[in-house]
Amino acid sequence: MFNVRGLIRRPEFAAFVGTAFVWLFFTYFGWPTFPSVLVTAGWVNVAAELGLVALPVSLVMIAGHLDLSVGSIIAAAGITYALLTGHYHLPDWIGLPAGLAVGTFFGFVNGVIVTRTKVSSFIVTLAMSFFIGGLIYGVTHLIVSNVQVAVKVSPIVKSTFGGRIYLAYENAIWLFVIMAIVVSWIVYKMTFGNWIFAIGGDETSARAAGVPVDRTIIKLFMGSGFGSALLGVTSVSLYGSAQISAGQDKVFFSIIAVVIGGVLLEGGYGSPVGVIFGTITFAIVISGLNSTGWGSDWFKLIIGILLLFAVLANKTFRRLALSGGKPKSATLPAKTSENSHV
Amino acid sequence: MSEPRIPTIAVENVSKNFAGYEALTDVSLNIHAGEVLCLLGDNGAGKSTLIKVLSGFHQPTTGTLKIDGETFEFKSARDAAEFGIATVHQFGGTFPLMTLGRSFFVGAEPKKQLGPIKVFDRKKANAVVVQQMQEMGITRVTDGNRLVGSLSGGERQVSAIARAVYFGAKVLILDEPTAALGVKEAAHVLRIIMQAKKRGIAVVLVTHNVTHAMTVGDHFAILIHGRKADDFAKGERTRAEITDLMAGGEAMAELEAELKALTDAASAPTD
Repeated sequence: MFNVRGLIRRPEFAAFVGTAFVWLFFTYFGWPTFPSVLVTAGWVNVAAELGLVALPVSLVMIAGHLDLSVGSIIAAAGITYALLTGHYHLPDWIGLPAGLAVGTFFGFVNGVIVTRTKVSSFIVTLAMSFFIGGLIYGVTHLIVSNVQVAVKVSPIVKSTFGGRIYLAYENAIWLFVIMAIVVSWIVYKMTFGNWIFAIGGDETSARAAGVPVDRTIIKLFMGSGFGSALLGVTSVSLYGSAQISAGQDKVFFSIIAVVIGGVLLEGGYGSPVGVIFGTITFAIVISGLNSTGWGSDWFKLIIGILLLFAVLANKTFRRLALSGGKPKSATLPAKTSENSHV
Repeated sequence: MSEPRIPTIAVENVSKNFAGYEALTDVSLNIHAGEVLCLLGDNGAGKSTLIKVLSGFHQPTTGTLKIDGETFEFKSARDAAEFGIATVHQFGGTFPLMTLGRSFFVGAEPKKQLGPIKVFDRKKANAVVVQQMQEMGITRVTDGNRLVGSLSGGERQVSAIARAVYFGAKVLILDEPTAALGVKEAAHVLRIIMQAKKRGIAVVLVTHNVTHAMTVGDHFAILIHGRKADDFAKGERTRAEITDLMAGGEAMAELEAELKALTDAASAPTD
């Protein structure tokens, strides 16, 4: 039997409603431009790129942490890739994995500092964001005396990471799909996924129950570092150059997408499916405004409203979820709990 | 205590010092399998410290713990957990936003083979948790996907106890399990405690409630200011004596005298 109440209580439901709402909203006000194939490609691309970061970041947030260094890691990975291939003329198969490794390494550093010092990840990753940002600025300037590095991308990388699948649809969409599958697998199919929720719910209890808390947190930060690096190298191979300031907008965009996706800032609750919807909702709002007559000037205002709305909705849905299936009618035999000899 | 049984846990002359403050002084206790030991005492009497020593969160400053007759030192809560010592706190399940199935198995998730790899078996987790809850009389729970937080306080206590029992706890430490519950739910939790005891589990029950303690307790220990003030088996003290001891004995008598003086003084001018 189809359980409507159960469906409504699922963490991804609100996110889905949000996505449907903004899509219908812009289809109406952006008619006929917004639903066209090209404009759709626009928001799908934005969603795919953001999703590469937002999905692994959502796991960090479910575990009760934040990662503010994703922007700098995006740039660091891109710059690494571009310097090695464009400047030092190393092949792609060295440069691209090196970019990914650098991003993952910075994630590892984040995780180690957070777990060793017990300082809030907000501050640790904020500091790391500046540290990495400054590091790549200095290094890039020293090597190429410029703030951007050109890169020549091999056809193989172009057809897998950069490039486009069809018309304006980018290859990032494939990567996003793979990322979504991997993250969903982790959450739904791995014991590791269970640990993420436990750590976000109550770290002390998780530890007492035998969850390797520190290792799990470090891996999660490595994941968000890897996702950011993936976006970094993908953008570089798509646009042909790396900017040291690339990706900074993704720091808050990823958090916003995750929150719109129904993940609680306090941690312990959320779902990859919700985050996918949150990412799409965000992308639709960013891209959709251009299809209306109002122009993109209003985009931040709308994101602000959306975020506030999402946080309030999350609170409500959380309350609804915790209220559980309290029997409205007396259909459930309440007396059994008294009479049962236990 | 004349029987030659070996206690599951023997606390011997344990003291615990926190930076000059002595929370426990020379406490000795025996905790036996298949018995409920009620730990009574006012706030700050050292009950919490004692159960934290038992569950490995604190190490005693002096004195020893003997497990099944052999001296053992818990270095961490995990050490104690491995010995089958499980602690259930006042609010039961600690992951309110997790599903029952997920939270029940945190750190010990069931796995199933899926092709070449092992995956988290959520179906089994949900089935087990529902079955355990049903067995413990929580028949309302039929779906392991429900969030822990949607259960009532008593149901959460029961689920936490069920978890400990399921994972083979030898010693079950319950920290004021009935404090936040209504009458019916408290009764239910007490029944579950009796059930655990029958299974041969050693139960340590921390409570303020004399009625609850007298209902299920086999043995009682009273802490006052970090010292064991009294230690007796069921039936060796009257209810009034226990209440008196718990309230700190003479302190209660003083308070009564004071109150009497106050009411006398208040009634005097109106006459």
